[in-house]
Amino acid sequence: MRREVPIIITIFIGWVMVLDFFFPWISGTATHMRDWTLVLIAVSQMLGVANVARINLDKVSRGHKDAPYAVMLLVAMLTMIVLGVLMPKSATIGGFTWGGIEGGSLFDKIYNQMYVPMQGTMFSLLAFFIASAAYRAFKIRSPEATILAVTAVIIMIGQVPIGSLLWDGMPGLSAWIMNVPNLAAKRAILIGAALGAVATGMKVILGLERNYVGGE
Amino acid sequence: MNWMQRLEKLDRRIIFVIMFIAVSIPVLVRLDMPIPSSKEVDDYFDTIEKLPDGSPVFFPADFDPGSVAELEPMMRTSLRHLFRKNCKVICFTLWDTGPGVVDGIIRDEAKRANKEYGVDYVFLGFKAGREVIMVQIANSISGVFPQDYVGADTKSLPLMQQVDKLTDTKLIVNISAGYPGTKEWVQQVRTRYAIPMLSGCTGVSAPEYYPYYQAGQLSGLLGGLGGAAKYENKANEKGEATAGMPAQSMGHLAVIALILMGNVLYVVNKKKAGTR
Repeated sequence: MRREVPIIITIFIGWVMVLDFFFPWISGTATHMRDWTLVLIAVSQMLGVANVARINLDKVSRGHKDAPYAVMLLVAMLTMIVLGVLMPKSATIGGFTWGGIEGGSLFDKIYNQMYVPMQGTMFSLLAFFIASAAYRAFKIRSPEATILAVTAVIIMIGQVPIGSLLWDGMPGLSAWIMNVPNLAAKRAILIGAALGAVATGMKVILGLERNYVGGE
Repeated sequence: MNWMQRLEKLDRRIIFVIMFIAVSIPVLVRLDMPIPSSKEVDDYFDTIEKLPDGSPVFFPADFDPGSVAELEPMMRTSLRHLFRKNCKVICFTLWDTGPGVVDGIIRDEAKRANKEYGVDYVFLGFKAGREVIMVQIANSISGVFPQDYVGADTKSLPLMQQVDKLTDTKLIVNISAGYPGTKEWVQQVRTRYAIPMLSGCTGVSAPEYYPYYQAGQLSGLLGGLGGAAKYENKANEKGEATAGMPAQSMGHLAVIALILMGNVLYVVNKKKAGTR
């Protein structure tokens, strides 16, 4: 029964979702099922938070070498939960808003003045690593690598205004590469992947694919 | 090891310095560059331009602070364009770390355009559920978001009393940094409900969305900061994307120069090794 019940539920829900696409009379049932999914997802998010807390508390109690980072994570997580969820919106001390998530609140300030710049910094570092990687990796070792390197150079120069300053036809050439060879390859990949997804989906809702419950 | 072999194995810290100098030049020296438009950007602009004044528009902003530099300019210009046409904007995000950024941008642009919260625009915040949310919101927005970002009852907002289903809106404008984003909106919503859709996305994900644009499933496409700069010029709203183009141009030139240099050194060193 531990295997049969999940398989029956999956087959039933799978068919309802497929039929919902074609027959309006089943949309009420499908909508209810999707509502249940949202409830399950919300519960899984809470489980995720509890799991992060458990793993990091364990690290701290065992004196793991990463314990200082675990403490930092737990303090940060707890601070944001208290400020954003538990602290009432009306919580103001000395004219300063401590509770809530609106603009100007402490939650908002920590988010915008710590989290946003840190994420921006991490992302902007990519420019430097890409430059270093391009210098080492874009070598014309084979005909395929040569095509890749030449295409990359055309796209890079064609996507920025300096491309049209160097040669009027550069943006057009870059657009042609994006619209013709790139599109042909992307479309082939998309259609291939979609057919694969249909085949796998059919196997699941026909009960032929049972690996997801740890079977054959 | 001779000097050319040493140069081929150049320390990456030197490459970092070269890159830093390249992107710093436009900060020190003003560089004006023409920004020619492209068909996908023209189509993006025209789709909004042709909307009847006051149309309700669905605006999922699916990104987080990591993509702000690339996506904030196109989101701002899109909002300015929509507000100029008195469109009613219903915004939310499917990215858990996105609400703080999106809320700031939409409130800022609404204030600039003298728009009133709840009447001209709403921000519903974040909800976990990705594709499930996309399909559910098509049936009932207030069903998925009973409260807005700051906890107000969604049904009490005048705009949400007029618009409660995705099919009540005239256009979907998706600002997308990846998954969940444009691809999923096309697959789950655009195809099923046939509402015109526009996408503004990061440069790295733009090639993936070209098939949807060419098939007509996307009515227009902005790819990366370059796409945003073209749109700013088209909409006569020059901003951060236009200002960022010289730095991006110099950055791209530096990478191309490094690729060429790396290849010249590779070929020369290979030939030398062959003759030895």
